[in-house]
Amino acid sequence: MVPQKINWFKYSSPATFYFLAGKMIPWFAGAAVAFFAWGLYLGFFAAPTDAQQGEAYRIIFLHVPAAWMSMFIYVVMAGWAGLGLVLNTRLSSMMASALAPTGAMFTFLALWSGALWGKPTWGAYWVWDARLTSELILLFLYIGFMSLQATIEDPRRADRAGAVLALVGVVNVPIIYFSVRWWNTLHQGASVSLTQAPAMAAVMLQGMLVMALACWMYSIAVVLARVRCIILERERHSAWVAEFLEGERQ
Amino acid sequence: MIWGSMETFLAMGGYAFYVWGSYGMAIVLLAGEILLVVGRRRTTLRRLSLTRRMTAKDRNETAA
Repeated sequence: MVPQKINWFKYSSPATFYFLAGKMIPWFAGAAVAFFAWGLYLGFFAAPTDAQQGEAYRIIFLHVPAAWMSMFIYVVMAGWAGLGLVLNTRLSSMMASALAPTGAMFTFLALWSGALWGKPTWGAYWVWDARLTSELILLFLYIGFMSLQATIEDPRRADRAGAVLALVGVVNVPIIYFSVRWWNTLHQGASVSLTQAPAMAAVMLQGMLVMALACWMYSIAVVLARVRCIILERERHSAWVAEFLEGERQ
Repeated sequence: MIWGSMETFLAMGGYAFYVWGSYGMAIVLLAGEILLVVGRRRTTLRRLSLTRRMTAKDRNETAA
């Protein structure tokens, strides 16, 4: 029997992906709600008070997942943008544009929750430390990517310019991640490491991971919803959009 | 229940401002982003069907 070959390029067609994404959104949104409920339960009710930081440490369940997402989304965004640049696939570039606002939102949330955690534990909302500064640069990279794309009229040129910026900026991600090791910073070391046993109670770790999963599911749902808008806007002159709008009105 | 009462839960051991300030901002940002995307979808659909109807009307008028 000849193995059936899956035509992956079929899914790189915006028209196919538009409807596929529409079917996927409710599942990811539902999973996000469930994981948020579970994660918040673990973080606020199952996890005990920290001996050193009291209740202030509960910010960890928001701060660490937000910081992870901020870096992860940037890498995925740069990946899609680079793919769009090399293969000239429209959908890849649309995915990159759809990811940027969510990535920027998580970056801001990581900085905000970090400031509110820093005040009671370090005595300052902000310090010009390597970890904090490189995370702030990440926020500027997201904002730069979005503003650059917004100022260029032609969408394909905007895609290419944005891709170059996103790819150059990707060097900042390992800098953020390793900043706590490379420099002597006020920020604590990595909370979770693949090579060492976790330095925290199992239930705290579990709460953090569940919250991270929730943020993942949320991001996928909201980015798919946004990419659907971008697809409609960019493909508005195509026959399938005309057909789709005809169906919407009835 | 590790908190005993609603008051102690809300007080967060004296760190209420920091803990609820963080989670409150998260709620504002997530809800805001969802509303923006839903709004964008509505505007896009409305604008696209409007331009479609307008171009269809133009075409009919030039034909007549």
